[in-house]
Amino acid sequence: MPYLFDTPDQRRHMLDAIGIQQIDDLFTQIPPGLQLNRELNLPPAVSELELQQEMERRLGNSNISPKICFLGGGIYDHFIPAVVDEITSRGEFYTAYTPYQAEASQGTLQAFYEYQTLISQLTGMDVSNASLYEGGTAVSEAVFMAMRINGRHQKVAIAGSLHPEYKRVLQTYFARLDTQLVELPQLNGVIDPEVCRGLVDSETTAIVIPQPNFFGCLEDVAALTKIAHNAGALSILAFDAISPGLLKKPADYDVDIAVAEGQPLGTPLQYGGPLLGIFTCRNEYVRKMPGRLIGKTTDRKGKECFALNLQAREQHIRRDKATSNICTNQGLLALRTTVFLATVGPRGLSQMATLSHQKARYAAELLTKTPGVCLKFQQPFFREFLIQTPKPSTEVLAALAAKGFNVGPDLARFKMQNVDGWQNCFLVALTEKRTREEIEALAVALKTVLQ
Amino acid sequence: MKPSELHFAKTHEWVAIEGDMATIGISEFAVKLLTDIVYLSLPAIGKKFSPGESMGEIESVKAVSEIYAPVQGEVTAINEQLPDNLALLNESPYDQAWILKIRMADPSQLSNLLNYAEYQRHCETATH
Repeated sequence: MPYLFDTPDQRRHMLDAIGIQQIDDLFTQIPPGLQLNRELNLPPAVSELELQQEMERRLGNSNISPKICFLGGGIYDHFIPAVVDEITSRGEFYTAYTPYQAEASQGTLQAFYEYQTLISQLTGMDVSNASLYEGGTAVSEAVFMAMRINGRHQKVAIAGSLHPEYKRVLQTYFARLDTQLVELPQLNGVIDPEVCRGLVDSETTAIVIPQPNFFGCLEDVAALTKIAHNAGALSILAFDAISPGLLKKPADYDVDIAVAEGQPLGTPLQYGGPLLGIFTCRNEYVRKMPGRLIGKTTDRKGKECFALNLQAREQHIRRDKATSNICTNQGLLALRTTVFLATVGPRGLSQMATLSHQKARYAAELLTKTPGVCLKFQQPFFREFLIQTPKPSTEVLAALAAKGFNVGPDLARFKMQNVDGWQNCFLVALTEKRTREEIEALAVALKTVLQ
Repeated sequence: MKPSELHFAKTHEWVAIEGDMATIGISEFAVKLLTDIVYLSLPAIGKKFSPGESMGEIESVKAVSEIYAPVQGEVTAINEQLPDNLALLNESPYDQAWILKIRMADPSQLSNLLNYAEYQRHCETATH
């Protein structure tokens, strides 16, 4: 759908250009008796999302939206305003990376500076870099950063409720190191701070906590952070990028580094990628932070301009002692996120988060009405939850897909043996885009599939 | 302190000895090479180092360099004013800009260090 600009300022500009006061002045040549003199008989204006949904409904059985998406597991089908495509596809912006002569592209640097500002506002954290490649590598880079800060290389404590793919990325990064990955056990879907107190000690560099976790449940991040700090370790939070619209901001938990998968903020689902790594930290650690950082300054004529900061720490200067081998950013997606956040604003984000949560609650209630279907964990959740059914989840999900519903992923895909009955469990995720009819249709389909 | 009374490491740290205490800084030559210094990180008091180990970092607009331990021992004091007054490194490299003090484990190690004349020759020939 194209984006049509129509702000009061633009209307004024057009009226001024043709020299009239108001739009009605255009119709003065029509005799008053022939004028309508009332509003058109149309329903009230709808939101952009409602308009998109209505147009898709009218297009009927075209292949725009062949299946209804209830997919979760780190990537989500959230609303994207049309203005995001409109701005990011402009020729001036349409490139994947920060250019090598970065300062020659002031517009690009300004966009990333705004990205950093928006992400700092979203998280409450002091500093954001200009982005990394995706959530999984952001987690790994955060662990390496913790090692640079406290010099502990022996152990990393990771929540057993962390996304299994993030864990695998960590294992790949650490394959040739002696560092031990200590898994904090999940009990009934969350990490019990009391249980993991003994697993975090003076050799632990950091503890990695997801919020919400892979099962959709909410962790006691503040208590886990306190345990980390008492042991002299850092607290690394892998948060859901939409969640600050409803839940606490990462900084409110007193964490040291907060990272996220940025896809829900303005990037569509596209076969799993490309993705966006959000990376933020406390100001005191900025010199240990990986990736690029854009700063605002003045040029020699005193004009405002933008420049790369702290480059002396990157590998083209510091070689093997660089903070990271990542010397670029996920430019195009960072730009999409900038436009997205600037468009929806704090209120829009809060609406998206709240609607997603409410719809998830409604869906959980309906789906568990089918006999034998239950929530795997009785815990507070945000927009995603784990369902257990009497049949193997691969079979159930295939049958639901045949009925037009994309649901999952299932735990069998990750062989998550730290959950009892994992073969029969799958995730269901809700966003503001799902309608009551779609949720009700899914509940009927699940019931039929299980009969 | 006069540079002629100091010991020097080839990696451009200076050392002033009083009994088993070594006061350590970086040489005027090194400061000039670094140009504008923007950041200095120091180790915690109580940390132990062997000669050649990295004790901290010094960052200029051009590059980030390590500060290496010239002697073996334990850090007993750090110059806490220095990170906020980095200009001292340019103004007073051998006095006010001392970086830290180490209680030496083995004062005989000093034979590995250079005197000022030897250090000056080292700077002339060093390719930096």
